[in-house]
Amino acid sequence: MSRFAKWFWSLVIGGPLAIFIVWAISENPRLFFVTLLNGLTLASLYFIVAAGFTLVFGLMRNVNLAHGSLYLLGAYSGWVVGDATGSWLLAVATGFATAAVLGLLMQVLVFRWMQGQDLRQTLVTIGLSIVLADVMLWIFGGEIYTFDPPSWIYGSTVLPVVEKYPTYRIVVLLVSLAIGLALWWLLARTRVGAMIRAGVDDRGMLAASGVNVQLVFALTFAIGAGLAGLAGVVGGTALSIAPGEDTRYLLASLMVVIVGGMGSVVGAAIGALLIGLAEQFGLAYAPTYGVVFTFVIMVLALAFRPRGIMGRAA
Amino acid sequence: MSAADWRRAMNTGAAARLPTRSLPTQPSVVVGSDQSAPTTVRWLEFLRRELSVRHWVILVGVLIYPFVASPFFTYQIGAQALALGLIALSLTLLAGYGGMVSLAQMTVAGLAGYLVAIFGHSAATTISFNWPWGVAVLFALALAVAFATAVGWLSVRTEGIYTIMITLAIGVALFYFAQQNYTLFNGHQGFNQVFPPSVGDVDFRGPVPFYYLALACALLGYFFVKHLVRTPFGVALQGIRDNPRRMHALGFNVTAHRVAAYAVAGLLAAVGGVLITWYNNRISPGSMGLGVMINILVIAVLGGIKHPIGAFVGAIVFVLLQNFAIDLVARERFNLVIGGVFLVIVLFSPDGLLGLWAMVRSRFGPQSPNTNQRRHP
Repeated sequence: MSRFAKWFWSLVIGGPLAIFIVWAISENPRLFFVTLLNGLTLASLYFIVAAGFTLVFGLMRNVNLAHGSLYLLGAYSGWVVGDATGSWLLAVATGFATAAVLGLLMQVLVFRWMQGQDLRQTLVTIGLSIVLADVMLWIFGGEIYTFDPPSWIYGSTVLPVVEKYPTYRIVVLLVSLAIGLALWWLLARTRVGAMIRAGVDDRGMLAASGVNVQLVFALTFAIGAGLAGLAGVVGGTALSIAPGEDTRYLLASLMVVIVGGMGSVVGAAIGALLIGLAEQFGLAYAPTYGVVFTFVIMVLALAFRPRGIMGRAA
Repeated sequence: MSAADWRRAMNTGAAARLPTRSLPTQPSVVVGSDQSAPTTVRWLEFLRRELSVRHWVILVGVLIYPFVASPFFTYQIGAQALALGLIALSLTLLAGYGGMVSLAQMTVAGLAGYLVAIFGHSAATTISFNWPWGVAVLFALALAVAFATAVGWLSVRTEGIYTIMITLAIGVALFYFAQQNYTLFNGHQGFNQVFPPSVGDVDFRGPVPFYYLALACALLGYFFVKHLVRTPFGVALQGIRDNPRRMHALGFNVTAHRVAAYAVAGLLAAVGGVLITWYNNRISPGSMGLGVMINILVIAVLGGIKHPIGAFVGAIVFVLLQNFAIDLVARERFNLVIGGVFLVIVLFSPDGLLGLWAMVRSRFGPQSPNTNQRRHP
């Protein structure tokens, strides 16, 4: 893109945005900053879910449409354990573990034999998501389940402009930052991470260099699924768990990954920020059609930059 | 050396003194393509060549079906399967012959249904335009095809899984829009009392007339698709499915072919959508929600995504399971049943039920000397 084109588009998009921000802050500063914080916490939740999704796609070209079901499964299993033991941290760990184990089984038992058949893998994940969603509906019913976070993150903190804000949501933000850093460290500073990045770039060469590709795949799928399960417990505490949540988070991670770029964790972060903020600001300032905004963003991104912001050519 | 010199050199050498096989001076006549025979005879020869016993059995069966089945089976099973099959047929055309899996077919169908309700008669008298049914259906189909073309234009730059995702996003976006908009789409409740018309003496609200209407549309759509894939456009589309770069290098406008395929599939889906709306006598956002969009994909894959008849086979199985899940498992566990069947089919027979049937036939039937695995019937 030429320099002129860059300036032009920055003005076309940035101009109205800047005007809107100035107007919103002058009109009702508290609403603006609360919405901003809500958007950031929602974005952090979306980032945790989408990071797993994008890793699985980037490495294995497998669009796991059962990712939302893994989220819900982690949430329900974490709830069962949390209810039995009373420990929220144990619930989080269980959520991660259950989803990771299921993801591992899915990769080793099913997807391993369909390497290269992208459409077939996607159809299998669709079938799995239908079956999992119905089984969970059968077992847990249609009621809403809620978590009790531990007392030290319960309540609200006092912040400059917004006065009071739920502490838990700030914790979500910090947790996702921690997970983002952990993922960066895993990908950039460990051998396994180097293998994963190499596999995202060129799977054939990775296998040719003598790496046990199936092991790397299984590990990546387990991590990706585990992240979804962890997000299930974390998100279930902030919002709540109900049967429709799996499709909601699946659509959210799809949108985040499409806008941000498949296979890129940084892209997932950028996409999550865009989608989370757009969703919350849309809800707050344009309640009737706000929910359509995020889809419009995704459609525009796919139409004009199909690879995503940080995506690389497939 | 010019071509003439070369030919002369070849023809005066040693090879020219060998006895040559004399080629027939007339092109050989292919059986049945006697150009001098009248058109009807040529058509009859074509039918005799192409159709076998099972085609006739199915055709006769489907025509006399209402007279041997109860009204429930005619309407709830037969007509619904035909209408859903038509929508799934549009997906088969796009995915099986065009290589583009679009989840937005049900969206196009739902939009057509909404437009029929808006332009025609419904219970929402403040919104409906109350145009005569012919005009309403015509405008609904036209606008739905325009929408499908727009979807195609947006999706054509994507490939494979990205197409699934963008069409999914468009579909869900329209679902939310229809749910939130009250001035035109009547929001959450949608439109009720959207009845099929009465033409002369025939009231299409009855099970048997509606079945024949759905059958006519389904047969037209089916034969249209079977014809289309043998036309130059259809063959080019299959070429684009197999190797877009080569087709582009050959000079075909890949984008235009794909968008045109979306438009044609949109027409099929729109007709199916109007039929489904008339079948249910209502249209609401839930009729084109995520679940139904996935159901159409399930139907198309269940039957076999590379064959037009697969869409209808899948629709029949789907509708039968939907109505009789109560006898198999519990009534609420329909999703589990259909999801399980879908999973089994995709894991063990990627070509759907028709693939299973072909496998069984090749295992137990007479071994044909020429088996071409890549032939698409």
